[in-house]
Amino acid sequence: MERIPILQMGNFLLVTIQVDMHDQLALTLQDDLSERISRTSARGVLIDISALDMVDSFIGRMIGTISGLSKIMDAQTVLVGMQPAVAITLVELGLTLPGVSTALNVERGMKLLQDRVREQ
Amino acid sequence: MTVRSSGSQPIQIEQDVVLARQMARKLAQECGMRLIDLTKLVTAVSELARNTMVYGGGGDMDWQILDEDARTGLRLVFRDEGPGILDIKLAMTDGWTSGSGLGLGLTGAKRLVEEFELDTEPGKGTRITITRWT
Repeated sequence: MERIPILQMGNFLLVTIQVDMHDQLALTLQDDLSERISRTSARGVLIDISALDMVDSFIGRMIGTISGLSKIMDAQTVLVGMQPAVAITLVELGLTLPGVSTALNVERGMKLLQDRVREQ
Repeated sequence: MTVRSSGSQPIQIEQDVVLARQMARKLAQECGMRLIDLTKLVTAVSELARNTMVYGGGGDMDWQILDEDARTGLRLVFRDEGPGILDIKLAMTDGWTSGSGLGLGLTGAKRLVEEFELDTEPGKGTRITITRWT
């Protein structure tokens, strides 16, 4: 089955979405991530969507769910690399991703995750 | 107004929603649409194509590239022969959903395009026409 790879780097899990996802693929990623957080006791999840040229309400909901479930499992989620056109469209669509932390790029996202985990 | 070219894309399974998005992107590029307008259109297509598949039980996306005076437009028609929408006012309410979504599909898609026309009849199906001009 088609899957989006999840990489582990120390305490963190990294996901780079590089394909035009159909809905099932998004749901599989959601399940895989929760399973990996549990198995690895990861403290943070970084999701890079810089290659995505569209985020619709389904993908938006998946991002919100991942962020929520990781919080419950004692991990932080940071979403990075959203393209400007995607951000404008999301707001107009009515999706402001409440509760989801974002950073402009991977470097800043990693720093945000490290700071958060250190604070705890 | 003249039709420069036209075609159709079936929407039956999840992968067809991805194909409909990619088709819309290609057509919007052909129309010379700006990146932001293109992104909005493709996002609207994703919402409407998913509705056609999930709620309409499958259908088609018909497309037309239109020329009018100095402008070019992309018109897309999503049609299905599903159960139709019983309460249009309710369906066009932000946050309302009959399924498991966020309830942003129809209303969100409407906000993302310039022209939006909804034609539905209970038991007969739904037809949504959207147009974006360059």
